[in-house]
Amino acid sequence: MDDGLRNELSKQGVVVVTLEELYNWGRKNSVWPLSFGLACCAIEMMAASMARYDLARFGAEVFRPSPRQADLMIVAGTVTKKMAPQVVRLYNQMPEPKYVIAMGACAISGGPFKQGYNVLKGIDRYIPVDVHIPGCPPRPEALIHAFMMLQRKIDAQKLTGPNRARHLNADLPSEFPVPLFGEHDLVPPSNPNVWEPAVVVR
Amino acid sequence: MGADQHPYLFLLVFFVMALGFAVGPLLLAMLWAKIFSPAKPGEMKNATYECGLESKGDAWVAFKSEYYLYGILFLLFDVETIFLLPFCVAFTGLSVGAVLAMLVFVLLLVEGLAWAWVKGVLTWK
Repeated sequence: MDDGLRNELSKQGVVVVTLEELYNWGRKNSVWPLSFGLACCAIEMMAASMARYDLARFGAEVFRPSPRQADLMIVAGTVTKKMAPQVVRLYNQMPEPKYVIAMGACAISGGPFKQGYNVLKGIDRYIPVDVHIPGCPPRPEALIHAFMMLQRKIDAQKLTGPNRARHLNADLPSEFPVPLFGEHDLVPPSNPNVWEPAVVVR
Repeated sequence: MGADQHPYLFLLVFFVMALGFAVGPLLLAMLWAKIFSPAKPGEMKNATYECGLESKGDAWVAFKSEYYLYGILFLLFDVETIFLLPFCVAFTGLSVGAVLAMLVFVLLLVEGLAWAWVKGVLTWK
């Protein structure tokens, strides 16, 4: 069905959607985040879910205490190397489809603590991150913006075909290896299947 | 066969309808899950403990139940307090016999405490 006919029908009060659109519309408006905060960004996350910023407008007010009921992990704060295996394990325990928002400078790169020996330089070294939010800490508006970006991303996901969403592709992994505590660093220091460092060409 | 012959027929109809309303959505949800969200179970996902930490050891461990002795002793003296309070309030108006009876009661409890003490119940092992 072409867009012109659909537009014409919608003017007459008839809404025509594909099953994919209906499915994604339902999914993107009922994303349940994991109630999981690591540092000060979590305070902004709480503020975003409260009355003033009201994340409930996007259907995401139901912060779940169990990873089994959550769709979205908001990595809000500094991920220390001691905490990183737990974060990955929690992500693994979430059912598909699952998404990750890396909130704040620490979660995306280590932020102000990047030089610290005990700070992970970005959670995207171990789990696939869908939306990165810079800021220290990002304001609730930034989180809401990231959330809307995620909604757009969910909306664009395909249900069939080679580019279909990961949760519909049985070949793609749902669990990612949990790093172990090594002598000096986490082992492995990053997951090469997930994280490809940008190569600087000089 | 009409409703006049079987006055409780409508109950059966209601029951079948109610069952349908309960089971129907469940079946639909199962069908939906089967088609649109193929399960991807894994060792970590199926783990019992869901707080990010690995569970260590066996859940079938024996706990020491020593605390129950403290509990019983506490209960004993708790009840004693309840008896002592009206005793104190009515003390001036009591006969000698009543006072003696009360003292015997307290003595019995103190005796019990001494027995528990000597038996080593109060030392935490």
